[in-house]
Amino acid sequence: MASTTASPHGIIGRPVPRIDGPLKTTGTAQYAADFHLPGMVFAVPVQATVAKGTIRSLDVTAAQAMPGVLEVLHHGNVERIYRAVPNDPNATVSETRPPLEDNRIYYWGQYVALVVAETLEQATAAAAAVKAEYSAETPQVSGELEPFAGTWHTVSARGKVDEAFDAAAVKVDQTYGTPVETHNPIELHATVAAWAGDTVTFYESTQGVVNHRNAMAQILGVPRENVTVITKFLGSGFGGKLFPWPHCALAAVASRRVQRPVKLVVTRTMMFSNVGHRPLTEQRFRVGASADGKLVALRQDALNHTSMVDNFDEGCGEATPYLYSVPNLTVTSALVQRNVGSPMAMRGPGAVPGLFAMESAMDELAVALKMDPVELRLKNDASIDESNGQKFSSRHLRECLETGSAKFGWSKRTPAVGSMRRDGKVLGWGMAAASWGAYRFGCSTTVELGADGKVRARCATQDVGTGLYTIFAQVLAEKTGLPFERIEVLLGDTTMPEGPLSGGSWSTATVLPAVAGAADGAIASLLQIAASTPGAKLEGADAKTLRLTEGRVHRATESAAQGVPFETVLQAARLNRVSADSTSGSAFEDPKAKGLSMHSFGAQFAEVEWEPEIARLRVSRVVTVIDAGRIINPRAGANQIKGAVVMGVGMAMLEETVYDPRNGQPINGNLADYLMATCADSPEIDVTFLDYPDYALNSYGARGIGEIGLAGVAPAIASAVYHATGVRVRKLPIRIEDLLQSEMREA
Amino acid sequence: MQSFSYSKAQTVDQAAGMDGRFIGGGTTLVDLMKQGVETPKTLVDITGLPLSSVETLPDGGLKIGAMVRNSDLAHHETVKAQYAVLSEALLSGASPQLRNMATTGGNLLQRTRCPYFRDTSYTNCSKRNPGSGCAAIGGHNRMMAILGTSEDCIATHPSDMCVALTALEATIHVQGPKGDRAIAIADFYKLPGTTPNVENALEPGELITHVTLPAPRKASKQVYLKLRDRASYEFALASAAVVAETSGGHIRFVRVALGGVGTRPWRSHEAEAALMGKPATATHFRAAAEAALKEAKPQSENGFKVELAKRCIVRALTTATA
Repeated sequence: MASTTASPHGIIGRPVPRIDGPLKTTGTAQYAADFHLPGMVFAVPVQATVAKGTIRSLDVTAAQAMPGVLEVLHHGNVERIYRAVPNDPNATVSETRPPLEDNRIYYWGQYVALVVAETLEQATAAAAAVKAEYSAETPQVSGELEPFAGTWHTVSARGKVDEAFDAAAVKVDQTYGTPVETHNPIELHATVAAWAGDTVTFYESTQGVVNHRNAMAQILGVPRENVTVITKFLGSGFGGKLFPWPHCALAAVASRRVQRPVKLVVTRTMMFSNVGHRPLTEQRFRVGASADGKLVALRQDALNHTSMVDNFDEGCGEATPYLYSVPNLTVTSALVQRNVGSPMAMRGPGAVPGLFAMESAMDELAVALKMDPVELRLKNDASIDESNGQKFSSRHLRECLETGSAKFGWSKRTPAVGSMRRDGKVLGWGMAAASWGAYRFGCSTTVELGADGKVRARCATQDVGTGLYTIFAQVLAEKTGLPFERIEVLLGDTTMPEGPLSGGSWSTATVLPAVAGAADGAIASLLQIAASTPGAKLEGADAKTLRLTEGRVHRATESAAQGVPFETVLQAARLNRVSADSTSGSAFEDPKAKGLSMHSFGAQFAEVEWEPEIARLRVSRVVTVIDAGRIINPRAGANQIKGAVVMGVGMAMLEETVYDPRNGQPINGNLADYLMATCADSPEIDVTFLDYPDYALNSYGARGIGEIGLAGVAPAIASAVYHATGVRVRKLPIRIEDLLQSEMREA
Repeated sequence: MQSFSYSKAQTVDQAAGMDGRFIGGGTTLVDLMKQGVETPKTLVDITGLPLSSVETLPDGGLKIGAMVRNSDLAHHETVKAQYAVLSEALLSGASPQLRNMATTGGNLLQRTRCPYFRDTSYTNCSKRNPGSGCAAIGGHNRMMAILGTSEDCIATHPSDMCVALTALEATIHVQGPKGDRAIAIADFYKLPGTTPNVENALEPGELITHVTLPAPRKASKQVYLKLRDRASYEFALASAAVVAETSGGHIRFVRVALGGVGTRPWRSHEAEAALMGKPATATHFRAAAEAALKEAKPQSENGFKVELAKRCIVRALTTATA
């Protein structure tokens, strides 16, 4: 790793630049598609142009005869691709149906063939020459999920919600919708697969090298030890790269067939059909309160669409049962099948669309009560997790709301619609509360101190681009006193000890105990060696009285300068290195975490500027306050939250994957037509971390920050839009056509 | 992508009449070649031709070479000072990277973003396959045109620059096998009718060499206003280019052109007629906007463009006459 100088003192909690930054800004970081292996060839999939039906005929003769073409795989000639074991948490795939399994078509863009050729251009041209004919049926891609006649299942329930709602003094009963959103990390999905005998190596764009290895071994029918997965850098994934998609297996099968390394890069357009999306949701919320604003009933009935081949539950009720104090609550959910590719978790799955609905309903309730929306949240703050009676490990939602309120200047808000102005524009102010679960899973790490004077950590996890390399380096710097120049962090390789999947905002909380434990172990061995090496300066000392400070071994009673550089200790002992492994368990098995409800919390405050004369609305300012435990690297942390806020602007105002109702094609599948927020759309963003350590989760008190920043942004903006325009948009994104419904108001 | 031959033209005389597609910045053509929508057998690279200057003409007008890059034109001192509507329109389009590549001649020939035109799996596109109909009708048509459409095509003309040039009454100069000619921009773009594949008045082999603008009207004010979902890097939902002159509170001269709503850069004579000689007031601006959109034919998803375009016109007129 490249390095950046940072003082080792107080390195935990210091806003250090990411150690991988220079590699990225100089273009030397190697992403999956950057790997060019000797003899490598290229694979390009052929996609179905219908969304439902069967392949009637597939003519590959022209493609097969084209220059450079090595192979055309399809359902008639592909070898067996095995299915993954259902619900195996260690070998999960995104789409249950293996690619090319049969002649049936379930969604537009499904792979029906794969061309392998010497060059990308040859493979692309030959893929276009494959002639497929289909028996097509009319696909079901409707964006309306009601009326729904299927089975609902109960997610959470307490009290008697319907009676309480009926009897409530003030009620809101509305349905909210969020659209299909496509994960658009700037790095495309890509697989380079290379067989050597009966072993295969994947250079992958994955958020989970270990799961990827396990799943690929299962699918390809080879032992796990024959599969290696390497992901040195990831141009992010937002959940879309958690588990393997069909193209990964296709690349491997093609490589095995042609006995050459194969590269398969999913195009941006394929990203919209073949590698997941946040599913469409439709959520009815019934909220009842007493006349003074105490919640008495909360009911959420949430539908989300799924594909024909997988049951993907978005989990819109993630935050509902515990965010507020309410005696009567029911959350139910159900799935509606559509002819679309399988959905996949996108940043803050469940909570993000769920909170859009719930916090919009809370804002509507505040309007109905003529109560300040912040006050309404404060009044209904929960002191325990009422869904299970557990204490919260650390909950500071109240302080998030109060701090955000003060930083935003909320007390200056006048509640009447269109009542606030600045520079000739109408201002709208809105807010929302936010939450996201806090998790820690198992992790193994090796730390070694080398005779070359460097300390190294190894772990088969991956940095999705948010700073995990630097988190490892910070712990090593803390433990050894070495500067970053002498620290190497090696991640993203399944030959290393198993680390976590990058999901659920749990990476930091998960790796910290393992890397700290391994570092402690390696240092203990080092000190023992220092005390027992014949003829060495510290020979005969009690190892317990020795310390490693600033990279030097010394007596606790003396300064580091009076000690010996650790590499000298190793050299004297004729050792190349000393290392230790450490494995930390999941929070579910940890007695410290037992019986505690662990979540992060936040508050989002948004300002919009509205020019009714030209129907122009822009988000001008967001204040976000996050309670996510102790923040290990506030610089990388704030960067994540700011990115999430910008993503929230896109969710509120812009993003929507549109399916042509006639053939099921995602018709805006490119970055010009699928709108995401640009720099020009980014508001001024003020991020505050409360920084209360949560020691129930780990010894550092760190939770996660990957997802919480997006939670609550869209409803805060939607509420600000209502405040500015008087238009309550319950179905995202908020569009100009919605805003044109606003009445013009005099200043 | 089909194979093609490539040659680089050394002189304008050599280029004019060459059998092939001219390529300047390539910001439309290369894109469409990758999609298989454009399949030229021969590309003639004209980036080496001496057509990159901007010169003031003896009559006070401006001559803009066909190879002048969008970013250079937008930041040209004369353009900024005397043809502000053109500078504003250029800067509202695309991204800095694209503007650095895109040329004046190329932008005049920019093709539509209609997703059905850009995807050859749709055989029903009269712009690609004359007489085959229009896949966008009944499809995802939020971005489509509401003025000048036909049963064969509802694709929106995408350019911002051309809207400003329309309001400025530019003239397009071409050189071809039969010699030179000058075409008023009003005559340059064709309505789709039953032949949306024919987008402009160029004859085979004709090369756009430059564009001329009439001398600026000293007392006029110019405005380009673009309305869209996001703040940058998006085609217009509605835009308006206005050149207006008032005296004594009355409108003495006005040109109104619209973007994002028409199948070609949309000159609104109706709006101009409703404004000429009238007091520069909100009432008359709204009346002009109503006149401009009177013939609008919205599709299933873009009815909102009618009101949006009206508000765009009113605001542009308000600013231009303030």
